[in-house]
Amino acid sequence: MPKKIGVYICHCGSNIAGTVDVEAVAEFAKGLGGVTLAKDYKFMCSDPGQDMLKEDIRSSGLDGVVIAACSPLMHELTFRKAALEAGLNPFLVQIANIREQCSWVTEDRALATQKAKALVAGAVARALSHEPLEMRRVEVQPSALIVGGGIAGIQAALDLADAGVQVYMVEREPTIGGHMAMFDKTFPTLDCSACILTPKMTAVGSHPNIQLMAYSEVEEVSGYIGNFRVKVRRKAAYVDHDKCTGCGLCMEKCPYKVDSEFDQGLSKRRAIYVPFPQAVPNKPVIDRDACAYFKKGKCRVCEKVCEPGAIDFEQQDSIEEIETGAIIVSTGFQAMDMTAMPQLGYGKHAEVYSALEFERLNNAAGPTLGKIVTKDGREPTSVAILHCTGSRDENYHRYCSRVCCMYALKYAHLIKEKIPEAAVYQFYIDMRCFGKGYEEFYQRLQEEGVRFIRGKAAQVWSGKEYRAIATDDTGLEVDDAQLVVQAEDTLLGKLVRVPVDMIVLTPAFEARDDAEQVGKAFLLNRGADGFFLEQHPKLAPVSTTNDGVFIAGGCQGPKDIPDTVAQGSAAASKALSLITRREIEIEANTAYIDEELCSGCKNCLDICPYNAIDFDDEKNRAVLNEALCKACGTCAATCPSGAIRARHFADDQIFAEIEGVMSI
Amino acid sequence: MEVATPFLEVAEAIEQGGAEDLNVCYQCATCTGSCPWGFVEPLNVRRLIHLAQLGLEGYEGEDIWRCTTCNTCKIRCPRGVGIVDLIRSIRMMIGETGLIPQSLRAALGSTKSEGNPWSGERKLRNKWAADLGFTPFDKNEHEYLLFACCMPSYDSRSRKLVEAVAKVLSAAGIRAGVLGSEESCCGESIRKIGDEGLFGNLAEGNGKLFAEHGVERVLVISPHCYHTFKNEYPELGTSVQVTHMTELMASAIAAGKLDLKKPVDAAVTYHDPCYLGRHNEIYDAPREVLRSIPGVKFTEMIRNRDCSLCCGGGGGRMWMETKFGERFSDLRIPEALGVGADVLATACPYCINMFEDSRLNLNKEDEIRIKDVTELVAEALA
Repeated sequence: MPKKIGVYICHCGSNIAGTVDVEAVAEFAKGLGGVTLAKDYKFMCSDPGQDMLKEDIRSSGLDGVVIAACSPLMHELTFRKAALEAGLNPFLVQIANIREQCSWVTEDRALATQKAKALVAGAVARALSHEPLEMRRVEVQPSALIVGGGIAGIQAALDLADAGVQVYMVEREPTIGGHMAMFDKTFPTLDCSACILTPKMTAVGSHPNIQLMAYSEVEEVSGYIGNFRVKVRRKAAYVDHDKCTGCGLCMEKCPYKVDSEFDQGLSKRRAIYVPFPQAVPNKPVIDRDACAYFKKGKCRVCEKVCEPGAIDFEQQDSIEEIETGAIIVSTGFQAMDMTAMPQLGYGKHAEVYSALEFERLNNAAGPTLGKIVTKDGREPTSVAILHCTGSRDENYHRYCSRVCCMYALKYAHLIKEKIPEAAVYQFYIDMRCFGKGYEEFYQRLQEEGVRFIRGKAAQVWSGKEYRAIATDDTGLEVDDAQLVVQAEDTLLGKLVRVPVDMIVLTPAFEARDDAEQVGKAFLLNRGADGFFLEQHPKLAPVSTTNDGVFIAGGCQGPKDIPDTVAQGSAAASKALSLITRREIEIEANTAYIDEELCSGCKNCLDICPYNAIDFDDEKNRAVLNEALCKACGTCAATCPSGAIRARHFADDQIFAEIEGVMSI
Repeated sequence: MEVATPFLEVAEAIEQGGAEDLNVCYQCATCTGSCPWGFVEPLNVRRLIHLAQLGLEGYEGEDIWRCTTCNTCKIRCPRGVGIVDLIRSIRMMIGETGLIPQSLRAALGSTKSEGNPWSGERKLRNKWAADLGFTPFDKNEHEYLLFACCMPSYDSRSRKLVEAVAKVLSAAGIRAGVLGSEESCCGESIRKIGDEGLFGNLAEGNGKLFAEHGVERVLVISPHCYHTFKNEYPELGTSVQVTHMTELMASAIAAGKLDLKKPVDAAVTYHDPCYLGRHNEIYDAPREVLRSIPGVKFTEMIRNRDCSLCCGGGGGRMWMETKFGERFSDLRIPEALGVGADVLATACPYCINMFEDSRLNLNKEDEIRIKDVTELVAEALA
């Protein structure tokens, strides 16, 4: 029986009708083979427009519809839904994009009209060859996996767990807390970071719906939206945490010390350690690389002092498998290594600090108990804070790191609070204080007497170096222990040299070194800046192109704590709306493998980005797992024997469309 | 305060002259803060760029001729602005009006008529070659064309450098030939002075000569020749493989082709020439060579590698008078002495010339020697 196609040409107000002669196009469509009716209408997406479509489907018994309107990204779903309501399989709706691809990009009315006709002819030809497809429904596991226990992950975990969802939190370090746990105060309110964070950390540790897997890493991810299967490596802590009471005696007695990562190398920790006193879980792990027993076969002091007998040198890594409906990746960021800019003297001069080092120096629980002192114990009389070191810089990172201006102001405040007579200089390019209460904080710091020099610091020398190379007669007197910062104050148009006792750099906020590897595991794309890419920068900021996997926090790009927490909650809400659906529809236009034609060459197995194709060794044929197939079509294009067909995008369907377009 | 009105036609002309990225400068002043002039008489590079962005008067003043094109600002510029190209473009515009400094006019005139900026006769070019046993380049016989810069032909100090080159090449068994007096100045500095037309003629002439003789590999002693052959000649249709003497020596030593037996008992420090280091990122080869000379105690100066201090001779400054007290080379000698060096080694005839002058002017002849890395290697050959 010949098919009956209905064609609808949308005016889109004047968006289309202003350039395209819509009536002429409708008239033209009426003459195309298979077309039963063709109409033009002001707004097809409006309720009356949809009602007209439904009415026509029912009364004329249409078995195919072409809507010539805007991009399918805008309203394909709208019209598919309308068709379904009228009893027509939604895959029999074909969109001809005559707005973005025609009226908006063509000035000449006659040419635009001709192009619209060609696009409609193509769509009609395509619609004639379409087949009805059924959407598939799969169950959703009512649980979520959160990878990374910084503040983004913590927020997401608590939101989900409070909603009754089973949450698995995987954290690589022995404790959750991330970068925020290292900070002393937070801008612009100057809340104590630990005071607002540790209650949340504790809540994660004790929540009945959260299974915390610290000192663990995701090893492998398989499955698909609603039904992921994840292998987690639980690293051997060499301490049985079920037996350990957390008394801390082992750490006290351990004779071996190494640099504390948490204190940025400014203090020492033992070979058996918890990173900091408020750690969650508050149970120690043994660092194999630092432990004398593992290195030399002797010591075992911890074992001797441990009353509950929790030390277990024989412990091995174990693999735990979890099933989860949604995944939130919140793996955070890292600070750029400042030795990349030798002119700033980091790593060469003791009193040039990176931001995280200065955070620890300020922290009441840090290596100096919060006293701002030089490495030889002096209280600085002057400090320079250098902005944009590695950020907004083609040589390192083009983007603005978004947090440095603000924490630089915070540092200035903390210095002024602790050493009121100290001079604090900010060397900046532009002050970016855009958040709520941020500009006010900037003004407050100006009131507190911080000096602003508008110019990027170009060079740093030690006092000794400076005296060896300086020949000027500026009368600048510098002693060995001091540092000299050189910049142009662009507002004065003068080269300035400022002798200071201490310098704090603001290293660029960058994607972690292992972002590529993590991205591959979770099938996440990364932007040119290395951070994970959201599905849409405005409208889908925590979704990704991998359905069911969401991102939050510093792994997506530089952001401050308020934005990170907001993303954590946003990702939790996206995960929750997925989980609470219990069942979801997935792509109907999957690939299809014709067993008769398959030659067993296995080309498709390697090429499939979603691991959706298996191989049946007995039959020597490729087998498609439809649940995993994302309908990308790569296998269909690769298959040398033409055995794989991409449903809804089959060769004959596409050729029909091309022939339709070319017929004009 | 003066009132200014942007003159965008001028700004556009500067952009078109080779400073296409002029407008991406966001005025952070990393350039001013990095400029070696800061050590003597600060040069406001940032302001120069902003004047150019708006086409405002002042960009064409004396400051524009102070730039030595050392590239420190360029490699640090967070927006990647081609500051050296910008300077060149402005100089080119000024050159079109004839307002270039007198001393540079002499260098340009000599280059135009004699093929070298030293007011030397063309017929004397490469006359040293025969005395040192070099034969005219023959592609069947020679691995390299030795393009030895104009200086050895017209300057006695630089002549010593080619003597060392001859000794080292012969010891390593590397065959290099020379072109005669037809060859002209590479034109690197000429281009930086802003005479694009003359540079084009030089490049075309040399390119033709290379083609006629079937030259494929060129060995240079000057980083300036290196830079222009490698990075600028290809745009004008001449592509040859360029090797700097320090690279050649480093690989010859690594391959065991140079037997350095005679100790050179000296505390040596190394000055990175701008055009070898910052312009072409060759930092390690000369250091590897120095470290393999027996007896050499190698020390770094405070300003080394990409933070090296310019000698002051690039960008046409070789032919301009620099006031006493403003010469970068005068700062470098005490810096070298300050780290205990008695030999200041480098790898550029311009740098050597500048430092030799400073050594005399500062009365440090007894305290420090200025040596090309090649000369030290020659000393170490038995």
